[in-house]
Amino acid sequence: MTQPPIPEAGARLERVIEVQRGAGVNRRQVLAAMAASMALANTACSPPPRLQAHPYVNLPEGGAGGQPMYYASAFVRDGFAHGVLVGSQEGRPIKIEGNPAHPSSLGATDIYAQASVLQLWDPDRSSVVRQRLAREGDARVAPQIASSTWSAFEAAWLECADALADPHGSATLRILTGPMTSPTERALLQTLLARGPRARWHVHAPLSDAAAADGAWMAFGRHVAQVAHFDRAQCVLALAADPFSDGPGAVRHAMDWSSARTAVRDGIAGARAPVLFAAEATPGLFGARADHRVALSPARIEGLLWRVAAHWMPELTPADVGLADPAAAAFESRLLAALREAGSSALVIGGAGLSAEAHALVLALNQRLGAIGRTLTLIEPPDAAPGAGTLADLVDALKAGTVDTLLVLGANPAYDAPAVFDMPHALQRAKLLVHAGLHVDETARLADWHLPLSHAYEQWGDARAHDGTATLLQPAITPLYDTRSAAELLALLAADPLRDGHALVQRQWRTGREADFEAFWRKSLRAGVVADSAAPPLEVQTARLPARLALPAESPSATLTALFVPDAATHGGAFANNGWLQELPRPFTKITWDNAALVSPATASRLGMSTGDVVRLQAGMRTLDVPVFVQAQQADDLLTLPLGGGRRHAGRVGDRVGFDASVLRPASAMTLAVTLQKTGRRHEFAVTQHEIDQHARELLRTVSVGTALAPEPKRDQLYPPFASPVHAWAMAIDLDACIGCNACTIACQAENNIPVVGKSQVAKGRAMHWIRVDRHDLEEIDNSGFQPVPCMHCEQAPCELVCPVGATVHDSEGLNVQVYNRCVGTRFCSNNCPYKVRRFNFLQYSDETTETLKAQRNPDVTVRERGVMEKCTYCVQRVARARQHAEREGRPLVDGDVVTACQSACPTRAIHFGDLNDTGSDVVHARTSPRHYAMLAELDTKPRTTYLARIKPDA
Amino acid sequence: MSAVFSPRAVLVVRLAVLAVLGLAVATVMLFVWRARAYEQLGEPIAQPIPFSHKHHVGDDGIDCRFCHTTVETQAHAGLPSTAICLGCHSQLFRDQALLAQLHQSAATGQPVAWQRVHVLPDFVYFNHSVHVAKGVACVECHGRVDQMPLEWRAWPLQMQWCLDCHRNPTTHLRPASQEFAMDAPLPDPVEAGALARAAHLESRRRMTDCSTCHR
Repeated sequence: MTQPPIPEAGARLERVIEVQRGAGVNRRQVLAAMAASMALANTACSPPPRLQAHPYVNLPEGGAGGQPMYYASAFVRDGFAHGVLVGSQEGRPIKIEGNPAHPSSLGATDIYAQASVLQLWDPDRSSVVRQRLAREGDARVAPQIASSTWSAFEAAWLECADALADPHGSATLRILTGPMTSPTERALLQTLLARGPRARWHVHAPLSDAAAADGAWMAFGRHVAQVAHFDRAQCVLALAADPFSDGPGAVRHAMDWSSARTAVRDGIAGARAPVLFAAEATPGLFGARADHRVALSPARIEGLLWRVAAHWMPELTPADVGLADPAAAAFESRLLAALREAGSSALVIGGAGLSAEAHALVLALNQRLGAIGRTLTLIEPPDAAPGAGTLADLVDALKAGTVDTLLVLGANPAYDAPAVFDMPHALQRAKLLVHAGLHVDETARLADWHLPLSHAYEQWGDARAHDGTATLLQPAITPLYDTRSAAELLALLAADPLRDGHALVQRQWRTGREADFEAFWRKSLRAGVVADSAAPPLEVQTARLPARLALPAESPSATLTALFVPDAATHGGAFANNGWLQELPRPFTKITWDNAALVSPATASRLGMSTGDVVRLQAGMRTLDVPVFVQAQQADDLLTLPLGGGRRHAGRVGDRVGFDASVLRPASAMTLAVTLQKTGRRHEFAVTQHEIDQHARELLRTVSVGTALAPEPKRDQLYPPFASPVHAWAMAIDLDACIGCNACTIACQAENNIPVVGKSQVAKGRAMHWIRVDRHDLEEIDNSGFQPVPCMHCEQAPCELVCPVGATVHDSEGLNVQVYNRCVGTRFCSNNCPYKVRRFNFLQYSDETTETLKAQRNPDVTVRERGVMEKCTYCVQRVARARQHAEREGRPLVDGDVVTACQSACPTRAIHFGDLNDTGSDVVHARTSPRHYAMLAELDTKPRTTYLARIKPDA
Repeated sequence: MSAVFSPRAVLVVRLAVLAVLGLAVATVMLFVWRARAYEQLGEPIAQPIPFSHKHHVGDDGIDCRFCHTTVETQAHAGLPSTAICLGCHSQLFRDQALLAQLHQSAATGQPVAWQRVHVLPDFVYFNHSVHVAKGVACVECHGRVDQMPLEWRAWPLQMQWCLDCHRNPTTHLRPASQEFAMDAPLPDPVEAGALARAAHLESRRRMTDCSTCHR
């Protein structure tokens, strides 16, 4: 506690200052002022406050913290579970790792699972029940919203619940949810619907493809979900699809593909890696790794599909295939050869932008090839909603005025519904609108009651993965606010005698397992998956072929096709308030804090546009101003509009970032014909990587199959070689495995307390990511390559030589260490770094005031202040933790003890980290590869972070 | 030729230089005094409950680990929870006024606010469990707590002092059976060497790396 300033010195100083403002001063007054100010300064320099320690009153059973505890649970995105281990330290979840036992990931994570921990601690999360006391337009009183309580809501609900349950009444209930796979929630929902004779369930899945569902119906007469097996495939064809990004199985697809490739490279007998063919409209991660790729508009992709399918289905009605594209001809012939060779080991995947007929044809083709049951398993959709209506049905009912009570659970239609529905007005037609969600979002602002929901990591629950495997969700922390889980809310609404989430989930899973339920419960919670709960394969009829190719008329040259895709980071807007994801550079454009309409270079030059021009798109009566970004490899005459920007009530981070593409979005299709008009305005993008061309620097190298890279020429050494006698940490990144998903970037940000800097700072090049994924245009393969760049930990580090205060030093294990408390901020080290991996805190980027953001921080990593340099440390805190663990056990470190955050998150296991002195370690094995090289090796920095060149596809 | 500077000017310059030098010396002395004052070596620190290690360790012979439960497994040794204290004091000296805060803590769920004696800056990541695993006794750094009626800091805990041991740890190790004893003597050089070898200490270079203690 500081001492109070000496009153006399302060008063004297004030008097002197007053005199100075007056006539003039004399020498005696100046001396008095100096003495007084020195005395005042001295009193402010009090000794540091004595710190207190507050031990527990009762020590928790698991221990007092220090070591992270991992709870197996799942992150639920769009209704599907992604199995994770929630790492908790000192009682707070701070880092997410993948669950190795979970089929959707086998231990890896995507950017959303990594960023989910920030969503838990989001300071803008809804924390209280809100009640609207008067509506807009109520003449008597201005609309006002007041904080309320759960018991008040329950009382209000009971009043109308009776009317809803009355079989002779007329009150109607509509429930709108997102996709829902949770068995507990679905059972409770059915109970709630059964209580009301005029109750109906509607499902709103803004990012799911209605055409795919219609296509399955057309082909098989039922809905199916597709589980792809990349590990069994010899040839994969993706049509307007990105299996490495889209859907809940994306991480698994990438992992299976990469494992197959690794097995082939390692020479394992019988190993086969799939050859990837991509016909895509807009660049995607799958297309960037495809062995053969062609950029076509969705219409032409359908034409391609029709022509290819005709080879296996002679009964197919010949369609007007005059849309043959010369660029696609070579692609098509190679594709046919590969499909013929693969036979039943082929796999065809259709994506958003295709018509329902095309989806039906894809399924039929898979069946004809014999892929179903081999590379493709059809299962009952885990989010199947039999009898449920669509959003369009709900809007019709709302506009007809027949909806009395509308409950919106875990959905935000006021934002993400296509604007043609005019959701805000439609929602207001319901007499009682109840919204339950994580944030006070656009729909909550219109609701009569807003109920705060618990986050996935705060609740007991369950959910299913992409193949139907169930996971029990267990809380890693008690709810931060007075929230309920969705299951608990449904139990409240259904007047269920059980209200506690734990009891509800146990009741759901107890049926049929009464005998050994306790053992089952413990085993499932510990493993993070319910054993043998994957959905069984469906038996389907012979697919009905679509009658004809359903293509739109060839559009006149003045119109373009707009393709609506979820944004690569905010995923349709659900994560708009997540600073990590907003600042994540999108894989191809490297844009942050924005979305952009992508156009191909040919179309841009034809229309006289360049990156940054703002254009006005028009479809019917609706217009939207969007900034344009010229993207190579985009299909011509196609505009990609990412959904997820332009939010109005996302929170302090996400409001008004980007444009809202749902203004133009049609009711159920993902494509739309639009006209374009230049406005003459310009828009500045905050891009993290400006140069995509390598300028012959060979940063990202490629080799042909079976060839080795030329070895580095021997150079005379001025300095003695660097000796790491005990441990020599090194990292080898396999560029042939990297798909550019950015999971490593977000994982590093979560683990190392890396701050978010905002759009204007990113525009100045001050983004703080310690590992960045660079994209380079590789002419030799006519495709993009991705290269993760962490600190190289050079043995002859140029940064260490130039630090005037010795803040960056080399430790005996090869780590280039950054000592924050010595750094004075000259930035000479960053100047001298040829890889530009050092990040400087130009401003106070770390938020040191918001309590919930402080809670997310990793206590083992320093939170950096303004004025210090920081960079990748090879997760030195994980090295230390592993070493301390080994020292306690009295054993040496073994390979696999230390796993860096980036290494752990990578879905394709591209990052190999370990000890060079351990001859059996994974990283030593990786470095023996003939593809091994160091980036900018000619500079002789001797980096410990090295790369394995990417293998060019066979011609 | 007459002098360029008058004797008075020369005097002023000499006084000014002396004053600057004097100020520099005074500043250094001030900062050293400030740093030392913060250490407060040997100065007992008042606690909300005047816990006497002398009584509990010296007279009653309670082992360190009974209360500081996580010293062998985690970075922090851990201050005892109220429940640990009440393990005995729910029976012993139950109605003493000195222990009223303890019972109040258990009743209200508010922890006892102890004043910290051994505090390291936040940029030092000290790990007790590794030191204990290698054979560093408690008395090595915390002094003879069994002679402290109120805890005080026996050693400065400055980086220089830590490095003195890290540069030559052999002379500071004890056998595992004697790490928690108060009066165990340091072993002779031969035995110390054997202990150091058995402990598989890291190299001196590693133990003085910045990244060993700072991240």
